[in-house]
Amino acid sequence: MGRLEIVNLSQSFPRDDGSRLQVLENLNLVVQDKEFVCILGSSGCGKTTLLRLIAGLDTAESGAILLDGEEMKGTNAKVGMVFQEYSLFPWRTVLDNVAFGLEMQGAGREERYRIAEQYLELVGLTQFAKSYPSELSGGMRQRVAVARALALDPVVLLMDEPFGALDAQTRNMLQHELLGIWEKTKKTIVFITHSVDEAVFLADRIIVLTPRPGKVCETISLELPRPRDRTSVEFAKFRRYVLDLINQPESHSSKV
Amino acid sequence: MNIIRDTAHRIREHWLGALALVLALVVWECYASLVVRNSFLLPGPTDVFSAFISLLEKGILLADFEVSLLHFAIGLSGALLIGIPIGIAMGWNSRADQFLNPVIEILRPIPPLAWIPFAIIWFGFTPVSAGFVIFVGAVFPILINTYTGFRGVPRIFVEAGRMLGCTRTRDQIRYIAFPAALPSVVSGIRIATGVGWMCLVAAELFGVSNNGLGKDLWFYYNLHQMDAVVVYMLLLGLIGLAIDMVFRYYIDRHFLKWRTGEVA
Ligand SMILES: Nc1ncnc2c1ncn2[C@@H]1O[C@H](COP(=O)(O)OP(=O)(O)OP(=O)(O)O)[C@@H](O)[C@H]1O
Ligand SMILES: [Mg+2]
Repeated sequence: MGRLEIVNLSQSFPRDDGSRLQVLENLNLVVQDKEFVCILGSSGCGKTTLLRLIAGLDTAESGAILLDGEEMKGTNAKVGMVFQEYSLFPWRTVLDNVAFGLEMQGAGREERYRIAEQYLELVGLTQFAKSYPSELSGGMRQRVAVARALALDPVVLLMDEPFGALDAQTRNMLQHELLGIWEKTKKTIVFITHSVDEAVFLADRIIVLTPRPGKVCETISLELPRPRDRTSVEFAKFRRYVLDLINQPESHSSKV
Repeated sequence: MNIIRDTAHRIREHWLGALALVLALVVWECYASLVVRNSFLLPGPTDVFSAFISLLEKGILLADFEVSLLHFAIGLSGALLIGIPIGIAMGWNSRADQFLNPVIEILRPIPPLAWIPFAIIWFGFTPVSAGFVIFVGAVFPILINTYTGFRGVPRIFVEAGRMLGCTRTRDQIRYIAFPAALPSVVSGIRIATGVGWMCLVAAELFGVSNNGLGKDLWFYYNLHQMDAVVVYMLLLGLIGLAIDMVFRYYIDRHFLKWRTGEVA
């Protein structure tokens, strides 16, 4: 199971002048088990802040995050994360990167390599097991990061603009692969992106956040059959709709 | 094609270097035997070479080498044992940094040789005494580089680690911060070996032992055997170079393999 429930979540950061910058305000959101949710919002509206709170890397000012009804405190092996920046450990080989989480859990060498190899195969990088991250392209690095997060078999996978730094072609390819992986492993995925196109291609549901302080502005269920065709009329319709929403956020009253 | 040109280029490069060495020897020999003509003021290469052979035959050089290596090893291991943990503590924990920083900053600029009186008082005329002077020279580069290395560990690595279950401080240091900081630590150790080696002659000057490269350099100076003095000078230089080469070609390559791709 992997049902994520976010209740009245608020977060603020101290500013230089002593006041506080309200980044999230009473944000409520439910992500269903095995659902693929994309979060869209203008830069600085608090998407990363939200994801870090779900990950347990930061503590919220108020509110709660529940996984299958249980409140989460701190990081949790059931929640995996793929960061926007390259986060692979450059001193470890690809295989040792993927095996890291298992090593922390105390798995023996043989077991962790066996599992790590499975996940490397899942992202199609078996022949790079012995390479170092510096020898990989950007797209390959993010694939490894996905494999590394999946190796602990989390129920929720958080992704913060994981393909943001990649060129369009690589990006499209990785989106395809991610959907394949999602269909195989059936994780709940919360995926942050700036790209409407990416969101419409990937998501079951798109959540649009308001500018600071961030809360849910609009939820769009995408009833588009998969695999989706970026060039189809329906796809264009959804993309247009979401783009309009983002360009005039004020005209929509926030509804959850 | 490229490889061939590369090798040819490299040979030419080394040829030039070798040529310069030979030239230096010839100039030195000519200058010593034709101009200065006083093997006390300037012994020539041939004088030095025969002094080298006779010292080697008497077994003195080997004994000197062993004793100096002992002093050096004592100093360097002390510096590693003290410098690395303190550097880690200060780099990882800002409280420890604030606490220790003033003391370190005051002790650091004191020249290692200024510690010789206390080296003698505390450790007497023992190898530890010479080791202590080398320690003082070597500990700060190690400490400072460990500190900077740990300071500079990208937060993203620690956070990625936390997401993967690396949550205990001990594990974060061992599995994330230390490997991330290792290049800096290693370069600190490399600087420290250089500084420590420089301190060796002075550390042996005050007579902690009957042998030692630094000790015998002074001994033969007092006997006015300047050809032997030159032997020791050259040996000190060559061994220092060898230690540095070990770092450049062995340690860098084997410990920091993962960095090779990054520079390119
Ligand atoms: N640790 C922090 N301390 C102070 N301010 C912070 C901190 N983290 C984030 N902020 C501020 O909170 C706001 C939201 O940041 P956040 O990174 O969540 O935005 P974002 O939606 O992810 O933006 P982007 O799309 O550009 O990645 C920004 O104005 C940022 O400056
Ligand atoms: Mg962000």
